[in-house]
Amino acid sequence: MSSSVKMEDFSLRSSSLRIGERVIRGTLFAASAFSVLITIGIVWSLLAPALEFFRQVPVMDFLTGTRWAPRFKPASFGVVPLIVGTLWTTAIALIVAVPFGLGSAMYLSEYASDKTRRRLKPVVELLAGIPTVVYGFFAIEFVTRVVLKDWMGLDVGTFSVLSAGLVMGVMIIPTVASLSEDALSAVPLAMRQGSFALGANKMQTTLRVVFPAAFSGIAAAVVLGISRAVGETMIVALAAGNKPNISSNPLEGAQTMTGFIANAALGDSRVGSLEYDTLFAVGLLLFMSTLIINFISIRLVRRYREAY
Amino acid sequence: MTTATNWSIEGKNHERNFKSIMFLGLLWLSLFVAFLFLIILLVTTAMNGMGRYDMRLFTDYNNTTPADAGARAAILGSLFVVTVTAFMAIPIGIAAAVYLEEFADRTKWYNKLIELNIQNLAAVPAILYGMLTLGILTLLGLKNKNVVIGGSLALALLILPVVILTTREALRAVPQEIRDGSLALGATEVQTVTKQTLPAAIPGIATGTILAVSRAIGEAAPLLLLGALVFITYDPNGLFAGFTTMPIQIFSWTSAAQDEFKQLAAATSMLLLVILLSMNGVAIFIRNKFAKRW
Repeated sequence: MSSSVKMEDFSLRSSSLRIGERVIRGTLFAASAFSVLITIGIVWSLLAPALEFFRQVPVMDFLTGTRWAPRFKPASFGVVPLIVGTLWTTAIALIVAVPFGLGSAMYLSEYASDKTRRRLKPVVELLAGIPTVVYGFFAIEFVTRVVLKDWMGLDVGTFSVLSAGLVMGVMIIPTVASLSEDALSAVPLAMRQGSFALGANKMQTTLRVVFPAAFSGIAAAVVLGISRAVGETMIVALAAGNKPNISSNPLEGAQTMTGFIANAALGDSRVGSLEYDTLFAVGLLLFMSTLIINFISIRLVRRYREAY
Repeated sequence: MTTATNWSIEGKNHERNFKSIMFLGLLWLSLFVAFLFLIILLVTTAMNGMGRYDMRLFTDYNNTTPADAGARAAILGSLFVVTVTAFMAIPIGIAAAVYLEEFADRTKWYNKLIELNIQNLAAVPAILYGMLTLGILTLLGLKNKNVVIGGSLALALLILPVVILTTREALRAVPQEIRDGSLALGATEVQTVTKQTLPAAIPGIATGTILAVSRAIGEAAPLLLLGALVFITYDPNGLFAGFTTMPIQIFSWTSAAQDEFKQLAAATSMLLLVILLSMNGVAIFIRNKFAKRW
């Protein structure tokens, strides 16, 4: 045994709590346990109507059907077109968000001085603070109408997956940048110094030492960006249109899962009707997809936190 | 004693080859593109709203004739709904954060579950909070879902995880010595939290809370589910009154056919952006001015 006693061996906390303190502690615990109730509530609110839906539409027909026409007669409930729409907007958003987000993160973490970083970071984060409905307006009025149609001469209609995806990508830049920067900054200085000492320059160090070391954190940032893109509603509801579309042309409009929910919510379908339940079946699918994506991201973050 | 940092192994003089300069240029470019986009968005929106920056935007209700329409009901609705949201989300959020950061034994499974749960909730799509609220209001037997209390509940549930996460971060920044000192002088745990830890964390908590509330002001998706896209021509005058908010009004005007409505949408967007940017400014100011570096 060493003679020095470690601080952690003592506890300055009282061994038994007073009654009043116990009540306060219990209240605080209740507040945090409330968050679990929210998750249970989400599942409950989605599951009941969704089960009602699946009583009438077989799950496999829903998941593999390629025609989404819940308001038509005969109605068809194949969700694949909505998934395709979601994948399109998400993929385009990532093409924008990953390089620009990662580039910004590398600059802020590896090149910028403390002062520069403190000034630039809030500006990048402003992009995350802009309301998505304003992004949606910008996507239709500027990106689709002016940039894609007038400047680039592309054959786009009012609604296009490309425009919605591009703008959504910019919205996600801060998500990717901020988390990636955390991961890059968490890489110990000694690793950079070792690299410099061996004669590597800053670019080589950033790309071959810091980047691989921070990889799981950067992956977590990208995965969280995917989750944001899948769940984003207002941009796609405004700019991507509301026509389910399974085509492979990003210049056309398409409906995403969230776009369908937003659009169907505008209509006045009766509570308890199949049309109403459809909303919740799609909602459940959306919840399950983002849940899986979020857990992957949380796992990846833990991995890099443990490493350093 | 000389530490490695004093030598500055920075590799600066190796920065002269073409590839390195190109790489740095690319990094610059990505930041530049983000800024450029922000500026273009602000400028084009401001220009689109030209012609409608008048008092009638504030004083008139929505109208089928664009020239007579204003955003009064939406502006008041936003203020009302968000105030109620703040009153619901902030106390619960801070309480939950205090428990998790100051009292919870992190080895216990239920505390781990709560932490994991909050991390996931922060990334649940906003629109699903609307569906949850729809379920709660139906359960409570409310016929008309588009009421202030419903909208506030949806937004409060949405920002609660954000409030918890940012408050925890602020509490974590308070050094352990402050707590130890207080406990060693005989303060109880609750006294330590209320008299030492929380006051020390207030600037951080304020910054995080302002940003969370500004998220609620800009959010429209969950409110769409409650049916907030209605024609309202009166001031929201109670918790159970019908309402509309600025983002919802912008959405509805953007989808309208006439160009005059788009002008209104842009003018209201600018108003919303001014409110949000000033809130952001205040948050950053508080962070820089009052946040202690321990």
